[in-house]
Amino acid sequence: MSEQMLLSVQDLSIAYRKGGATLPVVRDFSLRLAPGETYGLVGESGCGKSTVAYALLGYLSENGVLTGGTIRLNGVDVTTLDDAGLRGLRGGDVAMVYQEPVSALNPVLTVGRQLVEARQAHRTCSAAEARMAAIAMMQAVRLPDPNTLFDRYPHELSGGQAQRIVIAMALLAEPKLLVLDEPTTGLDATVEAEVVDLIADLGRRFGMGILYISHNLALVGRICERVGVMYAGRLVEEAPAGQLFSSPRHPYTAGLLGCRPSADDRSARRRLATIPGQVPLPGQVPPGCAFAPRCQYFAAGRCDRLPDLPLEPIGGNASVRCLRHAEIVPEPIIPQPAAERPAPGMPVIEVNNLVKNYASRRMLGFGRRAPEFNANDDISLSVRGGEILSIVGESGSGKSTLAKIAIGLEEATSGKIVAFEHEVGSVRAGRRPRPLLRKMQMVFQNPDSTLNPAHTVGAIIARAVRRLGDRQSSEAIRHRVDILLAAVALPAEFRHKYPHELSGGQRQRVGIARAFAGNPEIVVADEPVSALDVSIQASIVNLLLDMQACSGTTFLFISHDVALVRHISDRVAVLYRGQVMEAGTVEEVFSPPFHPYTARLLAATGHVSVPEPANAELEATAQPPVGGCRYFDRCGLRVEGLCDRMAPPRSQRSESHFLACHHEFSFLAGQPGANSNKVQGD
Amino acid sequence: MIGFLLRRLSQFALTFAAASFLLFAVTEFSPGDIASKILGPYAVQSQVDLLHERLKLDDPLPVRYFRWLGTLLGLVDNPLGGDTTGLGLTDPRGSRYFGNLGYSLMLKEPVVDVIGDRLGYTVLLTLWAVVFIVPISIAVGVAAGMNQGKALDRVLSTSAAVLTSLPEFVVAVALIFVAVAWLGLLPGTSTMTGGSWSTTAQLILPVTVLVIASASYVSRIVRASVVDTLRRPYVRTALLKGLPRRQIIVHHVLRNAMIPPITVILLQVNWLLTGVVVVESIFAYPGVGSLLLQAGLFGDIYLVQALTLLALAVAVGTQLIGDLCYMALDPKIKVV
Amino acid sequence: MTLSSSTYRETLSWATAGSRLLLRVAAISRNPTAFAGLSVLVFWATVAVLAPLISPYDPTAIDFSAAADPMPSWSHWLGNDSSGRDLLSRIIWGARTTYTVVPLAVGSAFILGIALGVPAGYFGGWADTFISRVSDVILAFPVLILYIILITALGPSLINIIVAVTLSYAPGVSRLARGITLSLREQDYIAAAQLRGESSLYIMLVEILPNARGPLLVDLCLRAGYTVIMVGTLGFLGLGLPPPTPDWGGMVVESAHFLSTYWHMSLFPCVAISSVVIACNLLADSLRRDPGR
Repeated sequence: MSEQMLLSVQDLSIAYRKGGATLPVVRDFSLRLAPGETYGLVGESGCGKSTVAYALLGYLSENGVLTGGTIRLNGVDVTTLDDAGLRGLRGGDVAMVYQEPVSALNPVLTVGRQLVEARQAHRTCSAAEARMAAIAMMQAVRLPDPNTLFDRYPHELSGGQAQRIVIAMALLAEPKLLVLDEPTTGLDATVEAEVVDLIADLGRRFGMGILYISHNLALVGRICERVGVMYAGRLVEEAPAGQLFSSPRHPYTAGLLGCRPSADDRSARRRLATIPGQVPLPGQVPPGCAFAPRCQYFAAGRCDRLPDLPLEPIGGNASVRCLRHAEIVPEPIIPQPAAERPAPGMPVIEVNNLVKNYASRRMLGFGRRAPEFNANDDISLSVRGGEILSIVGESGSGKSTLAKIAIGLEEATSGKIVAFEHEVGSVRAGRRPRPLLRKMQMVFQNPDSTLNPAHTVGAIIARAVRRLGDRQSSEAIRHRVDILLAAVALPAEFRHKYPHELSGGQRQRVGIARAFAGNPEIVVADEPVSALDVSIQASIVNLLLDMQACSGTTFLFISHDVALVRHISDRVAVLYRGQVMEAGTVEEVFSPPFHPYTARLLAATGHVSVPEPANAELEATAQPPVGGCRYFDRCGLRVEGLCDRMAPPRSQRSESHFLACHHEFSFLAGQPGANSNKVQGD
Repeated sequence: MIGFLLRRLSQFALTFAAASFLLFAVTEFSPGDIASKILGPYAVQSQVDLLHERLKLDDPLPVRYFRWLGTLLGLVDNPLGGDTTGLGLTDPRGSRYFGNLGYSLMLKEPVVDVIGDRLGYTVLLTLWAVVFIVPISIAVGVAAGMNQGKALDRVLSTSAAVLTSLPEFVVAVALIFVAVAWLGLLPGTSTMTGGSWSTTAQLILPVTVLVIASASYVSRIVRASVVDTLRRPYVRTALLKGLPRRQIIVHHVLRNAMIPPITVILLQVNWLLTGVVVVESIFAYPGVGSLLLQAGLFGDIYLVQALTLLALAVAVGTQLIGDLCYMALDPKIKVV
Repeated sequence: MTLSSSTYRETLSWATAGSRLLLRVAAISRNPTAFAGLSVLVFWATVAVLAPLISPYDPTAIDFSAAADPMPSWSHWLGNDSSGRDLLSRIIWGARTTYTVVPLAVGSAFILGIALGVPAGYFGGWADTFISRVSDVILAFPVLILYIILITALGPSLINIIVAVTLSYAPGVSRLARGITLSLREQDYIAAAQLRGESSLYIMLVEILPNARGPLLVDLCLRAGYTVIMVGTLGFLGLGLPPPTPDWGGMVVESAHFLSTYWHMSLFPCVAISSVVIACNLLADSLRRDPGR
């Protein structure tokens, strides 16, 4: 049997040496992959997925040790290969695509040279032949203008282009197995969708086996035939993709599936399912079932007993590592639905014709001014009291800049923002009156930088209470800090901890407590969960929704995550290159989508693909067209001569819904993106 | 490219001008009257007053700075020359020529002549030092960095750490003790005038001191950079592409690892000038470094000014070269 | 206005920062490299403090009988110098000189450098440009040459050496502090402080500076070591403290001519200087490798 398998991993165990201790990170991992098969490996960070991936290429990090098991690729045991054997294997039989494409490329060599190198390492060929092969492969990965890109340096490429180069590099030696480690992390959703489709397509074309590693279940479901779920270094469930998604048998799988709002979910304002707790660190994995402490089906005396829980076959080419799999039908923990949403009040923030230009930095001293870059170009919006308004868009859309101007961390170049009857567009926080500061607070994106590492959690929140709250006695402040910690579900002892002692999710909770310290009327949340693991994301989103519901605070939620935005918002504004493409209630904007860009964003979250015209750009070009529609170069419905010349009119469909497009509503409603979504929704 | 160079050049010219002003201000505005300093402690007050008048020392500082600059550029006469001051200072080129740095009060000669005789020796010493410093520190740094944590690395890193901690004069004294006093292999002074030792033998100790002091530091920087580069994802990419080890080291590790040390190596020229002063003084080497120290101790302000200007030109010039190397090596630096 | 209300809290914050620093020093002491460095520095500090008590002779007293035979003996453990002064006593008092000049010089350089660099990085703009330009100009001078012109202009004295070191180091420190501030300024917690309406002074002192401590401390150790070298070199070149002040560098130069016969006269001060420099560098290395949190 194993002879016809492309890859056969048996009982693989890997540990990290750390300060004298050996911490197991991968335990008894087994995997079989037939030639041409596509296998997805999912799990949260710290589950050992990447360690497995690198081990397949015979690579362990500096302090990694193989503590047992075999990896057979085409019948050859990778773990016993010598240096020369490994060289032939790496890039030859098995190639890898990495997480951060730009840093995976050597910054001082042209991409062409790095491609040629990969070819020449495994095929005897002349420089000219290698170059031809490289150009052909660049075409195969749908890179525009390969001959020009060939001589570019990595920093001159966009993230999507760099990832295509890395994929081309992996394919150049015609490997039998392609390992992809989170290949789309950090890319925009629409680009991500393209890259995933490309990988699936290439896999079919070249007949390669593919091991796709990701934390994103939706993506894995999009291209993989079989899926394995890893938790704390072990496979906990393995099944054909369809089966795994429709009827997960392990509580962790069910939890993971429930944590994400599904793509076709239209019922907004519902809370997300959560998995309490977090992934145990290597060395701190409990005996018995590693998931037991987070499991709602945990049975004391049973789940925590067995030292070695086996991966049991359950028929239908599936297996699960759960003692109680026969007794339970795992379902995600769905918290009680959130309260009925109140009707939005009067506008509290009005944005009028806001423009922000960034002058690119001059070289020290005598530089010339480089062309200006428009982050926000003529944005008009209003935020109403008590509502959750989401600003959604890809990187470079100007959504964060808009938030920063509103809150006072940036200044507008022109235009107005009126917040609580103060003109604040060009008034930074330092010059705003204290009562206004109190009313507007912010939750930040990056859990690593949101808290000052030099201060304790208690001091951080107390300072915010002192500055923003109305209580001033130290006793009152202390009391308020306790209340806030409790509100974000952190134990009171946390006041003495330093940020580095907290997990990412806990730091975000402290950040939320700090934002709510003075009972603000508006909270701006700039991508508050994008840096967190899926299960943690869900609990932070729920927390934000709870805090919002309790206090009636207005929420301005900035996100690139369309599925999430659709799930939690009252209203949504879609931004592209500094312009509002479409705005309205969630229903109006997404069900079905009208604007071509909205349709594309939505398509990227699910299984629907929007047909792209052959000549449309996959990614935004550096300079937006002057005068015309900002989305022109990527739009599938563009009309040459009109869309690139004239700015699209702003057409009002209802009191709350408008979009900026030259096409009629009726025409847009008849488009495949809109249609397919509608069909799916019905 | 040309535009970038011009911009960078004008920037350096500005730095140089500001530095020269600072130099002028510090040397001319030290406590005490310049005129009496020039004339020495035994001068009569009337002489001092006369010179004070002649040098127009009552003018404001910027005026005097520009007059000094004018003299340097050959636009203004140097008032010190000729017999009328009684100082016995004469210049065969006259009192107005381009590059007029004035007179050395210590040696009673035009500064240009004084420096001209000695500059060659210092250039010789420094060049030899650089010729050894660069390859040695790269070799040691790369060898240590590629073998991080192994015995070779520990030996090299520890010796480098100890050697950087030793002041140049300590190294010199130790070397003299071993090679001169104990073994009698080399001369203890390097006056570069004939005698029983060849000039090569005379150069060995001064060059060695400079090499030890600088190479130990630069090799640590190279090592750190190699270690850092080895951790980069693109080196892992190269490895997992199945490239031969040699190719990985040369094209992926070294090519990147050499970028940060370039700055350090060029800044090292600045440190090297410090070392040159010490080494030349210890070995009685006839270069401009020992001259600067003597001039400083004597209070020969014009000579100190001239030699410092020279050092500044070297320092600023190496920064420019550093920028060019950076541009050549790192494609991320945009030439706008 | 905001500062006065928070002065107490700042003091408190610095006090806790200080006590945590001590804890860290204690933690570092478990690291053998750091322990070695720290012990050498503490040893010389003790010697410097106790100099009047433990020094067997007056460091400037001349013993004519010993001048004839200056080799180490029971009465003069490390021997005598060429003028017949007791070497051990001079080294003990020399520690005092080093421990006066170096901390004062490096301390004032750091205060000036931080006071210029942090605001330059935080505010940016013309003040930043000006400070950076002036730093560039001063950094263009090779260090020793800067000392030579400063000390020729001002004359050698304790204060002037401190002034010279401060002027030559402050630009480097300010550049470092500016760089750290530039990166810390973009952190979200700084934005959070701005949104609370904190004063710039508060943000610089309470939010930025404590986080810049690590790299600054490493730099401090390195510069302290280098200052020991420089003070020694100045003494060696005759630009140091005027004789007969016991000064390690000066002791080497006074005895360098007698190297072939009386090696001990140079050896002991050389060892003293080098041990302090090595100790500073060891400490810097271990701080860099173990940046605390």
